[in-house]
Amino acid sequence: MTDHDTSTTTSTYAYLCIGCPLGCRLEVDEDIHGDIIEIRGSSCRKGDRYAQQEHTDPRRTVTTTVAISGAIWPRLPVKTNGEIPKDQVLAACEELRRVRVQAPVKMGDVVLDDLLGTGCAVTATRDMPAAGNRTAQASAMEFGDRSVTTGPAR
Amino acid sequence: MIDDRPHVLHPKYDVVVAGGGPAGLGAAMAARNAGAERVLVVDREAEAGGILLQCIHSGFGLHHLGEELTGPEYAQRILETALDDGVDVLTDAYLLDIDNDQNLKLLSVDHGVSILDTRATVLAMGARERTRAAIRIPGGRPAGIFTAGAAQRLVNLNGVLPGRRVVILGSGDIGLIMARRLTLEGVEVAGVFELMPYANGLSRNIVQCLHDFDVPLHLSTTVVEIHGRDRIDKVTVAPVDDHLTPVLSKAWDVPCDTLLVSVGLIPENELSRELRLRLDPTTSGPVVSSTMETSRDGVFACGNVVHIHDLVDFVSAEAELAGDHAGRFASGVRPPHDNVRLQPGANVAYCVPHTVTTDQPHTVYLRVRKPLEKSTLRLRDTEGAVVHERRLRYVVPAEMVTLKLRPGVLDGFQSDALQVEVIPR
Repeated sequence: MTDHDTSTTTSTYAYLCIGCPLGCRLEVDEDIHGDIIEIRGSSCRKGDRYAQQEHTDPRRTVTTTVAISGAIWPRLPVKTNGEIPKDQVLAACEELRRVRVQAPVKMGDVVLDDLLGTGCAVTATRDMPAAGNRTAQASAMEFGDRSVTTGPAR
Repeated sequence: MIDDRPHVLHPKYDVVVAGGGPAGLGAAMAARNAGAERVLVVDREAEAGGILLQCIHSGFGLHHLGEELTGPEYAQRILETALDDGVDVLTDAYLLDIDNDQNLKLLSVDHGVSILDTRATVLAMGARERTRAAIRIPGGRPAGIFTAGAAQRLVNLNGVLPGRRVVILGSGDIGLIMARRLTLEGVEVAGVFELMPYANGLSRNIVQCLHDFDVPLHLSTTVVEIHGRDRIDKVTVAPVDDHLTPVLSKAWDVPCDTLLVSVGLIPENELSRELRLRLDPTTSGPVVSSTMETSRDGVFACGNVVHIHDLVDFVSAEAELAGDHAGRFASGVRPPHDNVRLQPGANVAYCVPHTVTTDQPHTVYLRVRKPLEKSTLRLRDTEGAVVHERRLRYVVPAEMVTLKLRPGVLDGFQSDALQVEVIPR
């Protein structure tokens, strides 16, 4: 599995650096205790740091939608307000599929306060006004007391 | 609570902006800040904000706003600012026609057909996606074939999944983002197929949208046939040779109920053609000066209608420039006359703007044709003499190259054209 000739090396892991469009192919050598011995393939320090983070504790911000009732659209876009462990991303989305909120919602409103025990809250990423008697396709967006509306609903 | 006060339409505007996405809203704000009294943004959707509203992922705003936002957050931020700045936004409305004297014919849900008079116009209509038809994939015409952006709208706004097992053609960022988005919604993504030997999207998206979920990426491979009667049931894919010709003897079938095509964007220039603006055949957008003015006086353009941008941040920057000059034009200030044409040379597909002046700083965006590691960006005069050089570590077609022309760079430059090339070092 490795071409690195060190008796303590047990595995080499490959990563693609996301720091810039160069996309360096990074390799992390790990000993039998799971400690990093060497990081190869990067062309800058950012790459080394990225490889270390990805290897030891990969995390992601999750963006998805939840169901919303009484709004101009049937879905409300949301995000985690921090990064959660990568291997919990799919479970997080499954959890969020069970959430339904009621319009109106303001950007930043908390939809779920502790996602799967990660300590991350899930918040709305836009205002979502109540539909009133408008449908999604024939409605206007409203922010506070200013409106972009174009006239009465018909 | 929705405010149902009717929108008042004035017969005369200083600046009218076609399109309420980041380009249009940015230009409208800049026009107001440059002193334009009445600025109207016209958008055909029910909400302003453009394509950002369906781009629910994050990665927007790092350059322009100094923080990382999702698309809807970026849209709401700029829309709120535009309204605060006194910009008028009319939604559910189409700009049908502009005549030579900048009389606009407008069709809107609220006002029917209206004729408006404006001193300056900003074109910010954005782009639309290339479709299956644009790349001529053979086979039947079953249901289940979508552009990646159409699927994005279905999933993120309408809450509808396009299918259960999806093949994605094209490795541009929208296709990659949709691979993750569908996976997160429980849809199986059978694979992403890319004609070119390199991925077209950012490496960040390759990692976080494909690797994270073990979605296979097949480079130098394309869809050669679509099968299915009512609904698509499989596609045939094949590797391509060095001339991008499919090797059919090595083809295989991939069962799927949905095909997403993510094969590029085309600037939406119906209005520009109506105005008979000079268009650049490479960008498919209007030819623009260093003030983002088109070939017609007082008609400016910015954003994806001019050329396809990688990041909304660059769109916002370009929109500020266009809106600022549109605002000044409306108050009677003529844009300076450019005296140097920029000509794409070796490995450069296009440069925007198309012309510059020697005495002002300019930001020039250019796109290369082929990826190159360790290259040199070189400006030559018509005689071939090198005027300016900059080393670039790497260039890829998916990443726009930004060239800052500072005053002094073109000191003593006498010729009327500059050749721009990106060559190996």
